Amino acid sequence: MNPIRWLEIIGTFALEAFEELGRFFVLLFQAAYWLFRPPWDVREWFRQMVRVGWDSIPVIFLTCLFTGMVLALQTYQGFQRFHAEGFVGSVVALSLTRELAPVLTGLMAAGRVGSAMAAELGTMRVTEQIDALYTMATPPVQYLVVPRVLASILMLPLLTLIGDGIGIVGGWMVAAGLFHANTFTYWEKTFQYLEINDITSGLIKAAFFGMILAGTGCAKGYFTTGGAEGVGRSTTAAVVTGSLYILLSDFFLTKVLF
Amino acid sequence: MGAENTMPVTSGAAEEIRVESLLKIFDARHVLDELCFSVAAGESLVVVGASGEGKTVLLKHLIGLMSPDAGRVLIQGIDLKTASPSESIEIRKKCGMSFQEGALFDSMTVFENIAFPIRRHTRRKTREIAERVSQCLSLVRLEGIEDRRPAELSGGMRRRVGFARAIALEPEILFFDEPTTGLDPVNTAAIGRVIDHLRRELGVTVITITHDMMLAFRIADRIAMLRQGKFLIDTDPENFRRSDLPWVRAFLEGKLPEGEEDAL
Ligand SMILES: Nc1ncnc2c1ncn2[C@@H]1O[C@H](COP(=O)(O)OP(=O)(O)O)[C@@H](O)[C@H]1O
Ligand SMILES: [Mg+2]
Repeated sequence: MNPIRWLEIIGTFALEAFEELGRFFVLLFQAAYWLFRPPWDVREWFRQMVRVGWDSIPVIFLTCLFTGMVLALQTYQGFQRFHAEGFVGSVVALSLTRELAPVLTGLMAAGRVGSAMAAELGTMRVTEQIDALYTMATPPVQYLVVPRVLASILMLPLLTLIGDGIGIVGGWMVAAGLFHANTFTYWEKTFQYLEINDITSGLIKAAFFGMILAGTGCAKGYFTTGGAEGVGRSTTAAVVTGSLYILLSDFFLTKVLF
Repeated sequence: MGAENTMPVTSGAAEEIRVESLLKIFDARHVLDELCFSVAAGESLVVVGASGEGKTVLLKHLIGLMSPDAGRVLIQGIDLKTASPSESIEIRKKCGMSFQEGALFDSMTVFENIAFPIRRHTRRKTREIAERVSQCLSLVRLEGIEDRRPAELSGGMRRRVGFARAIALEPEILFFDEPTTGLDPVNTAAIGRVIDHLRRELGVTVITITHDMMLAFRIADRIAMLRQGKFLIDTDPENFRRSDLPWVRAFLEGKLPEGEEDAL
């Protein structure tokens, strides 16, 4: 193929990527603008918090429980080789609080909550419900986007905190149950090397991931075109892009926060 | 193109809506082509035109859902494009719009749909809201469906609920996008009666889009026909009925205009 054509393809791709990122930020900035203007629809905020937070607990519970268990399984077998089994508790606690609990919570929520947001807002867009909100002097961003972004920013750290606890318990279950580790040593090691900064930095990351997944979910839904097919495309894209942004930003956030 | 009476009949009343050289292009097609007109306070303008001529696009420009490629739309002297967010909210509180497909919130019941603008913009008590909702529903002959969901309604019912929601707050300016398309004659007459009533009792300014010439003649002070991005004719109902423009005659008599029949 002719090189100009290649440039064209790369250019189009880059433009689309920037446009998409632009929309994401525009929507978040608009949400920030409307957050500080009345009316504050506190009931809707709570409704979204229940949907993002409470309803996600079973998924996060299972995800983090099994992650903690498999972490203990893997490290125990590895650390046995150089007689460092005692440190399994520390490894499980540090990996979970700093990295795995926030990231897995973010990814699971992107699949559960981000996709639902995209589907809901996308349907409202293609059936003109968003237009109808606008004509009723109700800024759609204020009514639809603000509660969802806010709920995700607040709920993801809480979910992560639950995940931290559940995962550490899962690790202990495997260590004590399968490998007959000493329970007292396990918990001693868990807390010996765990600093408060390990937990808070994980929670800060989780808040960012909440903003990212709600922002992409809402942006994909809000700017949907093309009827039912378009809603399907937006929903898929919300999960894929949301997860991707979470994993990419994770690196940079970790670099900044530690 | 021989346009009759392109000067609007403003009869000295305050200008409520003013459209200046409105241009909208979709895919190189001039859907609205330097369209100019104005509507006086309390006036009722009916816009007719074939499907796909851009009637809905015109209405969306009037309420600010679409913004023009060139030209301006002024509502009560305020340009929607340059208005501040709070200014444009104030303007929209005075407007109501019913959509072609209803655009009901499908996560809410019929009651919550109609109550939405009232709850949002007034501090009325629950009982007053309930009264107003059932009043609006009986105006469109849909008593007792408050608890149903939009998904359980027929297309015509959804359209009428959308109409009820648009008038719930008793706005000063109303936009109706094909309010009677697909309705039976009895319900069409009911819609006509409500629009008549709103104008007589409340002096509302109404812009209605319709294919329904019966409704048009019933509620219009002026009838305009949109064709190729411009008003082919914009005049009072009597002149409209007497017009000998082929497209107008075709619309009134329900047949293809001359020249188009040969195409078959
Ligand atoms: N958002 C849009 N993007 C592209 N084209 C559009 C859009 N909205 C309307 N159009 C086009 O504008 C024309 C007029 O549409 P519309 O106003 O819905 O017609 P009608 O007079 O039947 O209400 C149609 O050809 C339609 O394809
Ligand atoms: Mg239309």
